[in-house]
Amino acid sequence: MSHSILFRNGRVIDPASNRDAVGDVLVLEGRIAAVGAPVPGDVLTVDCSGKVVCPGLIDLHVHLREPGQSAKETIASGARAAAAGGFSTVVCMPNTSPSIDSASVVSWVQEKARAEACVRVLPTGALTKGIAGEEMAPIGALKKAGVVALTDDGRCIQNHELMRRALEYAGMFGLVVMDHCQDYSLVGKGVMHEGYWSAVLGLPGWPAAGEELIVQRNALLAELTGTPVHCQHLSAAGSVRVLREARRRGVPLSGEVCPHHIALTDASLQGYDTNFKMNPPLRSEEHIEALLEGIADGTITILASDHAPHCNFEKEVEFDQAPFGILGLETELGLFLDILVHKRKVISLPRLIEMYTVNPARLLGLDSGTLAPGALGDVTVLDPDLEWCVDKNASLSLSRNTPFHGWELKGRAVRTVVEGKTVWSL
Amino acid sequence: MDGKSGIGLASQSKGKPMSSPEIFSKDHSGRRAGWARKDLTGLQHLSREELVLLLDTAAAFKTVGTRHIKKVPALRGKTLVNFFVEPSTRTRVSFELAAERLSADVINMSASGSSLTKGETLKDTALNLQALHADVIVLRHSSAGAAQFLAERLDACVVNAGDGAHEHPTQALLDAFTIRERKGRLEGLHVAIVGDILFSRVARSDIFALTKLGAKVTLVGPSTLVPKDLERLGVQISHDLDSLLPDLDVINLLRIQHERQRKEYFPSLGEYTSFFGLTKARAARLKPDCLVMHPGPINRGVEIDSDVADSPRSVILEQVTNGLAVRMAVLYLCNAARSGESA
Repeated sequence: MSHSILFRNGRVIDPASNRDAVGDVLVLEGRIAAVGAPVPGDVLTVDCSGKVVCPGLIDLHVHLREPGQSAKETIASGARAAAAGGFSTVVCMPNTSPSIDSASVVSWVQEKARAEACVRVLPTGALTKGIAGEEMAPIGALKKAGVVALTDDGRCIQNHELMRRALEYAGMFGLVVMDHCQDYSLVGKGVMHEGYWSAVLGLPGWPAAGEELIVQRNALLAELTGTPVHCQHLSAAGSVRVLREARRRGVPLSGEVCPHHIALTDASLQGYDTNFKMNPPLRSEEHIEALLEGIADGTITILASDHAPHCNFEKEVEFDQAPFGILGLETELGLFLDILVHKRKVISLPRLIEMYTVNPARLLGLDSGTLAPGALGDVTVLDPDLEWCVDKNASLSLSRNTPFHGWELKGRAVRTVVEGKTVWSL
Repeated sequence: MDGKSGIGLASQSKGKPMSSPEIFSKDHSGRRAGWARKDLTGLQHLSREELVLLLDTAAAFKTVGTRHIKKVPALRGKTLVNFFVEPSTRTRVSFELAAERLSADVINMSASGSSLTKGETLKDTALNLQALHADVIVLRHSSAGAAQFLAERLDACVVNAGDGAHEHPTQALLDAFTIRERKGRLEGLHVAIVGDILFSRVARSDIFALTKLGAKVTLVGPSTLVPKDLERLGVQISHDLDSLLPDLDVINLLRIQHERQRKEYFPSLGEYTSFFGLTKARAARLKPDCLVMHPGPINRGVEIDSDVADSPRSVILEQVTNGLAVRMAVLYLCNAARSGESA
């Protein structure tokens, strides 16, 4: 019965089936059992009173750095960090070295994950060869190898014709395209939000329009081709407006928000600390307000981390020369619970869980993200009121690049279960 | 030695009235009273009092340059590294001379002669310099924030000699010094800074120094090169130089470039000059006592007419002379603060 577990007396929240009531959840042989199914005598029982039991959380935007950059992170260490953050499934980005742009690299990642990862690791495939934005990657072969989506994350296809054809072609295989929205000519060498602080600090600005323009492009091309486009790590007010308008008209466009973009502003860059450098950059208050509005009204449907580990020595350089990105897996749930549910009261707890479970699962066509009978037995137990302090030195990631060290947060996962097996608990 | 390094400075002052000699007195910790910084990375976070102290100290040091023996022993036995990752002649030479007049040993390093070209990080290069017991590192670097980055990581004094488009504090101090010396004050003066504000470290440091010291500052230039957001620093922005001319007490012209990175910002140098260049016709509309300044190197005929650059109201070469005194003051105060702390 090693893949069976009974969660007793928790507040069970399963947005996919509109369930929100105190009760039990039983996982039998790695799958969710029907409500009221007989419980075998020897099953491990976990008392969840006062806690929340929900489908295993899904982060559809993480960088696990393998193959090729295993000093920053490995599939194994990234998976451990994911488990500690409450995630039973992570979707890893293909900007590795080599990039995940062939069936053989997909297979390598899958093998490595099967052998070493404690959570489910689902690879995405590159949209273009070498993520160079010039020629279409072997999309059909990637699909056959099992990628769950296509993306050139970290880069953005600038050639609109290529993007249009890649979307049309990906649509034939039923694959979603996830896009890092950045217009290179507008952004140039920008390393921080263009505004007051970039003017004062003398750092090259990255204007909000550099993202908004590509979100608009994606809205037009998603409508033209009918292929769903998911806009990653949205940071700008105009992006939310474009997304809202497109979705209202039924265009297959979606968007995600990362915690740092609502937790921090560009004023944080005053000390030139590269742990505040990410792409897209931290923006100003009005952009945060627009993102929160988009989360509140359902324009933004997915939350994710953009977990981007980098070694200390890589980050500890001149600001404009440092790589973009910060850790996310172990802090994202706490930050979103703290800010969205507790402090700003932007959304309810069930809405937050929806954005981490059924919404990404539906976008990618996954057999998880729900506690419906027969679904994969992935379960996360949360304590939404637990107060804790972020300690980067306790991180399970190989890297330490977080701006949230020392933050006091309210709410976190206390147990992560993958197919009935507890992979992490507090 | 250090305790007597103020020696003779105040008593030997001549010409302009000497600023208060008590600036050379020490508080009980051994630091110069009113100055506790081992580094000068920028002027943004300096108080008005700290700025005045720097200028007063520079005034005292200026007299050294007119003496028969141009050296004082304030930094004797100290090693200063001029670490210029980005090329510069004028600022490097000025720091070198300033350090030598304070009796420091000086080493000059450029990026091409350092291990930075071999992929060594800035931090490692600087730690190596410190391991050789460098006491002061003067850094010129193309990345904004580079001086602060080093200051946070080194025990040595770090003096910013220009970091990207961020700050160039000693240039702004010598600008303020020159204005104060010529005009006797900064309060209430109207100073225009004209040119490429967006990419100018001089402009930012000037804004911080001059506004704190009570001047009214107007930024002038093409809309593409003057970020609107800087108004929040308490300056005005104008794109109409002609209407400002009769009101100005100081006009500070920045070097304008139109190489590859700037092509998108304005059409041509000719068009720039026709709207923002200090031509003879424009110079004629300035107040007779309006100072004409330029941080150099100047582009004759572009941002400034050649004859105007050489005219009596131009203080461009005085700025260079004053730069020496200002840099002596900065090196002296920062080093004293560091020595006081480690005593």
